Amino acid sequence: MARMATTRRVVISTIGAWFFGFLIFFPILWMVLTSFKTELEAFAIPPSFLFFHWTTENYVTVQERSDYFHHALNSVIIAGGSTLIALLIAIPAAWSMAFSPTKRTKDILLWMLSTKMMPPVGVLVPIYLIYKSFGLLDSRIGLVFILCLGNLPIVIWMLFTYFKEIPRDILEAARMDGATIGRELVYVLTPMAIPGLASTMLLNLILAWNEAFWTLNLSTSNAAPLTTFIASYSSPEGLFWAKLSAASTLAIAPILVLGWFSQKQLVRGLTFGAVK
Amino acid sequence: MKHVLGAVGASCLLLAVPAMAETTLTIATVNNGDMIRMQGLTAEFTKKNPDITVKWVTLEENVLRQRVTTDIATKGGQFDVLTIGTYEVPIWAKKGWLVPLANLGADYDVADLLPKIKDAVSVDGKLYAAPFYGESSMVMYRTDLFEKAGLKMPEKPTWDFVVDAAKKLTDKSAGTYGICLRGKAGWGENMAFLSAMANSYGARWFDEKWQPQFNTPEWKTTLTTYVNLMKDAGPPGASSNGFNENLALFNAGKCAMWIDATVAASFVTNPKDSKVADKVGFALAPNTGLGKNANWLWAWNLAIPAGSKKADAAEKFIAWATSKDYTKLVASKDGWANVPPGTRTSLYQNPEYLKVAPFAKLTLASIDAADPNKPTVKPVPYVGVQYAAIPEFQGIGTQVGQQFSAALAGSMTVDAALAAAQSATEREMKRAGYIK
Repeated sequence: MARMATTRRVVISTIGAWFFGFLIFFPILWMVLTSFKTELEAFAIPPSFLFFHWTTENYVTVQERSDYFHHALNSVIIAGGSTLIALLIAIPAAWSMAFSPTKRTKDILLWMLSTKMMPPVGVLVPIYLIYKSFGLLDSRIGLVFILCLGNLPIVIWMLFTYFKEIPRDILEAARMDGATIGRELVYVLTPMAIPGLASTMLLNLILAWNEAFWTLNLSTSNAAPLTTFIASYSSPEGLFWAKLSAASTLAIAPILVLGWFSQKQLVRGLTFGAVK
Repeated sequence: MKHVLGAVGASCLLLAVPAMAETTLTIATVNNGDMIRMQGLTAEFTKKNPDITVKWVTLEENVLRQRVTTDIATKGGQFDVLTIGTYEVPIWAKKGWLVPLANLGADYDVADLLPKIKDAVSVDGKLYAAPFYGESSMVMYRTDLFEKAGLKMPEKPTWDFVVDAAKKLTDKSAGTYGICLRGKAGWGENMAFLSAMANSYGARWFDEKWQPQFNTPEWKTTLTTYVNLMKDAGPPGASSNGFNENLALFNAGKCAMWIDATVAASFVTNPKDSKVADKVGFALAPNTGLGKNANWLWAWNLAIPAGSKKADAAEKFIAWATSKDYTKLVASKDGWANVPPGTRTSLYQNPEYLKVAPFAKLTLASIDAADPNKPTVKPVPYVGVQYAAIPEFQGIGTQVGQQFSAALAGSMTVDAALAAAQSATEREMKRAGYIK
């Protein structure tokens, strides 16, 4: 009897999990399906789910009209660069706050987070003027810089919480054995923090990849990443959903694949410290 | 950090030097069919001007507006040619943000531009933008359904006729609706249609002293007629329909009438996209006998921002893209049906165009019937048919549009929507200093 109840519970929770998983995945699935429809079918009421005339003409049009690889390369450089620099700054910062906290550590952390509370559009004009003076408008380095600054508080916060979970005793033991700070960081702390680091890196990468405000406003063509590529397919007068879906599918494809391969790390990192 | 940025800035400048030999134009535009076609024909321009290269930045309309406004207000100089609407031209020209177009060339023939469109892009007699394509709005209707119901569309229908016909043509069980109109909130969405409709009912946005007018009986009649008409004869969920949604409905054969942009005419008569391509008739936008039709006036234009350092090359490009020769070029590549409409008188005298564009006559008549300088029955202090060309209008128009969209959805009464529109508009106009 007990066994049956357990089996039933497993079945129900499995169905439930699949259902919610499908629900969350549905918008992406719908986008992919729409990208294979004609413009007229993309708009059809009632919408057709699978039984429509499948076509790849939207992908052909998108390829003809814009340089996908130019935008994708920019996205990789901007998202990757900003993540790397953010980690380089955030690891020592989070390490020092986690292992040698002072009276003001909490305040500093909160102050860092508070910079995220201001809507970006509030500083658009000053940033634009600064970028103009330094010749950073429409440059990859400029976008790397702004996205790095924008995500830094989140990266530091995440790493801080992961580092805090690492028992100080282990570090003390290493110190007793005569490890220097550098060795302690490289041989003790980093291996233990890898899941946390990996998930922070991935999250930051996704945030930077999807960032649409600064990338749209500070780039024109040379540094324009995939966000501007997508934005160029929306139209005020004319049907555009199928082509827009094709462009969006192409834009999320790289990050989706990356997410798939690192799913294990991501889940482990995000739930890190949840069970003691 | 300063040094790093300085070094980066310096290296960017160094990298930019070799490119100075030829001029690179950065052109910002929207993703409309005619603009995409222009993008495709860029090579024809650079062939004639080998010292100029062209880079395109295509963005969604609202993103483009925000992007370009930031750049122009900070004199960022990122763009050399902008695609802007008739709403922006007078506002930006007065602020000194646009370079007047004085050197379009001897064979440009400014006098050939349609007078109403030319007025809309000129300030104090100077041209600040060159129209790329222009539009008004008109009634598109299904000739087969009208015939079946024994109705005949007059060339200048009244609202009474349209309301009556819409009810008769509605067959909800068959999925045909008498009329499809915009309902999606936004100053360029439902308010474009409703402002134009209100003009035909004798209403206006502001009186001569900038006092909002939503508490007048004219607006009440307008909104009541609209809401009731859509309730009786409109498609379900109309409050989220904009131009594209209605286009899809009409093309699928679900609407007996559709009042919207004249450019839609070439879409609904294109057999590739439309199921009803051979059954569409056209008529002027409805009126109530007060002397104004419910049609708007809009044009997408090319202009040069004041911050551009390549104004000469930019003007060359604009002259090319809005010239008669460009029209001929498009005709030779894609046929006369695909040339950008609504900017030049000569196009509407061209027999080849008239042959393939059954909607040409009505498009021209509609453009002629709209007057941005005298848009309403009673006098107004603003310029613009379906908008008031003041910077505050975007915000106000969208707020009012949300109230009216709510009235259409039924979550608000007409009276409540008008009262909310009135108080919101009064508040914004006080804040902006137009009224005390």
